[in-house]
Amino acid sequence: MLKKRIIPCLDIQDGRTVKGVNFVAIRDAGDPIELAQRYVKEGADELVFLDITATVEKRKTLVALVTKVAKEINIPFTVGGGISSVEDVVALVNAGADKVSINSAAVKNPELISAIAQRFGSQCLVVAIDTKFEDDEWWVYTHGGRKRTELKTVSWAKEIERLGGGEILLTSMNSDGTKDGFSLDITKQVSETVNLPVIASGGAGDSVHFKEVFEQTKATGGLAASIFHFNEIPIAELKAYLASNNISVRE
Amino acid sequence: MIAIVKYNAGNVRSVQNAITRLGYESIITDNPELLQAADKVIFPGVGEASTAMRYLKERKLDLFIPQLKNPVLGICLGMQLLCTHSEEGDTTCLGVFNNRIKRFPATDIVPQMGWNNFTSIKGDLFKDVTIEEDVYFVHSFYADINENTIAQSEYILNFSAALQKDNFYATQFHPEKSASVGNTILKNFLELCE
Repeated sequence: MLKKRIIPCLDIQDGRTVKGVNFVAIRDAGDPIELAQRYVKEGADELVFLDITATVEKRKTLVALVTKVAKEINIPFTVGGGISSVEDVVALVNAGADKVSINSAAVKNPELISAIAQRFGSQCLVVAIDTKFEDDEWWVYTHGGRKRTELKTVSWAKEIERLGGGEILLTSMNSDGTKDGFSLDITKQVSETVNLPVIASGGAGDSVHFKEVFEQTKATGGLAASIFHFNEIPIAELKAYLASNNISVRE
Repeated sequence: MIAIVKYNAGNVRSVQNAITRLGYESIITDNPELLQAADKVIFPGVGEASTAMRYLKERKLDLFIPQLKNPVLGICLGMQLLCTHSEEGDTTCLGVFNNRIKRFPATDIVPQMGWNNFTSIKGDLFKDVTIEEDVYFVHSFYADINENTIAQSEYILNFSAALQKDNFYATQFHPEKSASVGNTILKNFLELCE
């Protein structure tokens, strides 16, 4: 049986892992390679590296980091942050990234989704959606949660599928950093609308939150950062808990 | 020396990294002489079937690869290209395995993306591996089951997780991305498969 995936996310700034709360107030969480190796040992199913300060000059630092990660770890990993062209993807995939994640650039230029999918296959492309519930609607945000768009989340998810996106990483800004649990309603809506793998993100603070999201939505992966970095929920314990609740995970 | 077939499909680097971690030297090449002279050949692949076949044809690798006498391991798209035909782009493939590649019916999420266990395994490639162990799959198309099937797995339906015929081995999953189980399978190919 296909297993639900537990995915630690490493936010990267200048080559270090950092963690923001509600997209601000950043604290240091260590060397990304060491952390990645620890996660592989603990049983993480995939990893996501998100360069939160990606700029042109820092792109080279990221490519160097990806090259190192690819040498060291033997599970799939996704790299995102500031990717805006097929050329950016070429550099990261050649360095050894299994998938790339795009966000703001896909909103600005949806054709980028098709261009990347045609060149590398849909399986290589994660489209990240940052979503926030405001004025009775789940709106798509870009630029690290700083800019609200005109897009509604569910219809943008459908468009991503139509254009050839391979996977959706859905982060609820209302839940992110709160440790109160994933936003189940929007995760359910998106995962039931598209026939693509959906990764739920934002708000995990307890093992029961993963159980809820896997039981109540069609999400096939759950992503979190600080609770794994600071070992508040050891991955092995989380998986044992899910398995004891009849949720199929890799042990 | 292990030769990894160089072509336009992705993630050749990951395979090389995995081989390096196991302590073997490897080269990435599309030079027929180097491929022929290698102890083992790995034919990886992530991408789209018709585009990959066009690239192989342009370099006459479509005629050359099926003639290889050294042990060959196809991975993911590499496996699918070693079969007779793929529904992806209605593509005639290399025909080493007489399996056909079909698209998963959309009764569940396609692609299958993630870790899945086996329903059956046999042969040297799976020495010290059990059916409960999970390996990493990413695919929208699958090989049906026939006499070449040496491992089966289930997603939407039963499909071939691995194939073998003579010196040709192939896996639908990515051993290079399948943690310690993947290492065991790659090591088995490098050490045991003739």
